[in-house]
Amino acid sequence: MAGRVAGKVAFITGAARGQGRSHAIRLAEEGADIIAVDVCEDIATVPYGGATEADLAETVKRVEALDRRIVARKADVRDYAGLKNALDEGVAELGRLDIVSANAGIFSHALTHELTEEQWGTMIDINLNGVWRTTKAAIPHLIAGGRGGSIIITSSVAGLKGFPNFAHYVSAKHGVIGLARTLAVELAPHSIRVNTIHPTNVNTDMIQNEDLYRLFNPDAPNKVAFEEASRGMQALPIPWVEPFDISNALVFLASDEGRYVTGITLPVDAGFMQK
Amino acid sequence: MGKLEGKVAFITGAARGQGRSHAIRLAQEGANIIAVDICQQVATVSYPMSTPADLAETVKEVEALDRRIYAAQADVRDVAALKAAFDAGTAELGPVDIVLANAGIAPMSLHPQPAEWQDVIDINLTGVYNTVQTAIPSMIERGQGGAIVLTSSTAGINGIGGDTPGGLGYTAAKHGVVGLMRSYANNLAKYSIRVNTVHPTGVNTPMVVNEVMQEFLQQDPTMGQAMMNALPVDLVQPVDISNAILFLVSDDGRYVTGVTLPVDAGFTNKK
Repeated sequence: MAGRVAGKVAFITGAARGQGRSHAIRLAEEGADIIAVDVCEDIATVPYGGATEADLAETVKRVEALDRRIVARKADVRDYAGLKNALDEGVAELGRLDIVSANAGIFSHALTHELTEEQWGTMIDINLNGVWRTTKAAIPHLIAGGRGGSIIITSSVAGLKGFPNFAHYVSAKHGVIGLARTLAVELAPHSIRVNTIHPTNVNTDMIQNEDLYRLFNPDAPNKVAFEEASRGMQALPIPWVEPFDISNALVFLASDEGRYVTGITLPVDAGFMQK
Repeated sequence: MGKLEGKVAFITGAARGQGRSHAIRLAQEGANIIAVDICQQVATVSYPMSTPADLAETVKEVEALDRRIYAAQADVRDVAALKAAFDAGTAELGPVDIVLANAGIAPMSLHPQPAEWQDVIDINLTGVYNTVQTAIPSMIERGQGGAIVLTSSTAGINGIGGDTPGGLGYTAAKHGVVGLMRSYANNLAKYSIRVNTVHPTGVNTPMVVNEVMQEFLQQDPTMGQAMMNALPVDLVQPVDISNAILFLVSDDGRYVTGVTLPVDAGFTNKK
């Protein structure tokens, strides 16, 4: 059976691990070739380790094991020229561009008035400006292809409501909705669709780390206590969702099954927002 | 291997239009179907409604996919009839995993009648409530979770539909099912039963593509705009709504609940 995105090419930022790697694998399983970028470095204000070049190499291996092609580059969404180069090379090699997953993102935390200029600035530069740069680099390719396209921006439940302790993250994740809504209107005449996904906690390194455990449970900074606290956040009786749950929503939006879905905010949040 | 192998879906308004498309799409993915439809005219509705022959065609198309279907004529306003159909269907096909509260009317015309309001509230809101109420006791008792999708509309998000009793009632009912969905999503989450709404723009079905509706939409320029999509497409197809529903009811959407999902070609964002 032909895959649901067979013959298409997808550009994914933050593809070395976590949700980005899962998107690469899931889209490849459904027949797409992949252009994968990741910063593959630690970020100074981020309290957990960044992805590595070995992580990105593992994504390459997993996609190639599915008999799909992948062009992987170390590139930072804060560096427009580097990002554009990586994408342009990928499109030159794979021949086209159809799907964009603006997924790269970081997390850090502090009370709003205690955030440093650097914490605030880095967050906005990656989680908001980086998404804009991703779309800026990709849109000319999508328009030139003349076959429409689908841009999926990874927001968060923190893009839909406020949370204490990470105003910079909440602001960036709200901001990308404005970007998506504008692009949805601008690009509709080209049949290019633009949507956001809003995950609750996803089982990745961004949340499974001691620093985040401490944020949730200062007295018991461990996974068991975090799991218990996190379980209470969702309506469904689960502590977090898996990366491939977000990937499955992304495939729906990327494929022809979502051909008339644009300008929407799609929570994959186990009922978090309605609880 | 289909995405819904071994599942049973209860679908209202299944004789034609979106309901038939859902029955076929879910059957393609392996589900067996319990299909109900009123199969007769409602007095305040000016376009021709479904017939027993339409429901028979749905049966034929599902059976052509080698899936089983139990079909019955039942009105979503008639709790006893709905329950009888549900009980007979589950007796034949087994317990229900999926509920699609799809049956609806659009009693808008250039000759509005006061009774339109009550009819559209009874069918499009109370009928959805009746459908879910009929299904949930057995879903809870079985303890295997499940997925429920209520068909709302862009008129469940926006104040469109005009100022006739039928148009106001349509918009009120389609907003109403969102409140119903959100409450059910919270109440049923502990049983791992998920509940969501879909919000189509104009769909290419007999409810929209008929002389009365086209005349109604054209008499008022603001009504024409109520169907003006962002994407260059006038109407979406029933299968587009079915594909969104398939995402919601399959394991692909296993952690999606309490969500209002527009399939509206960008209408809501653009307006």
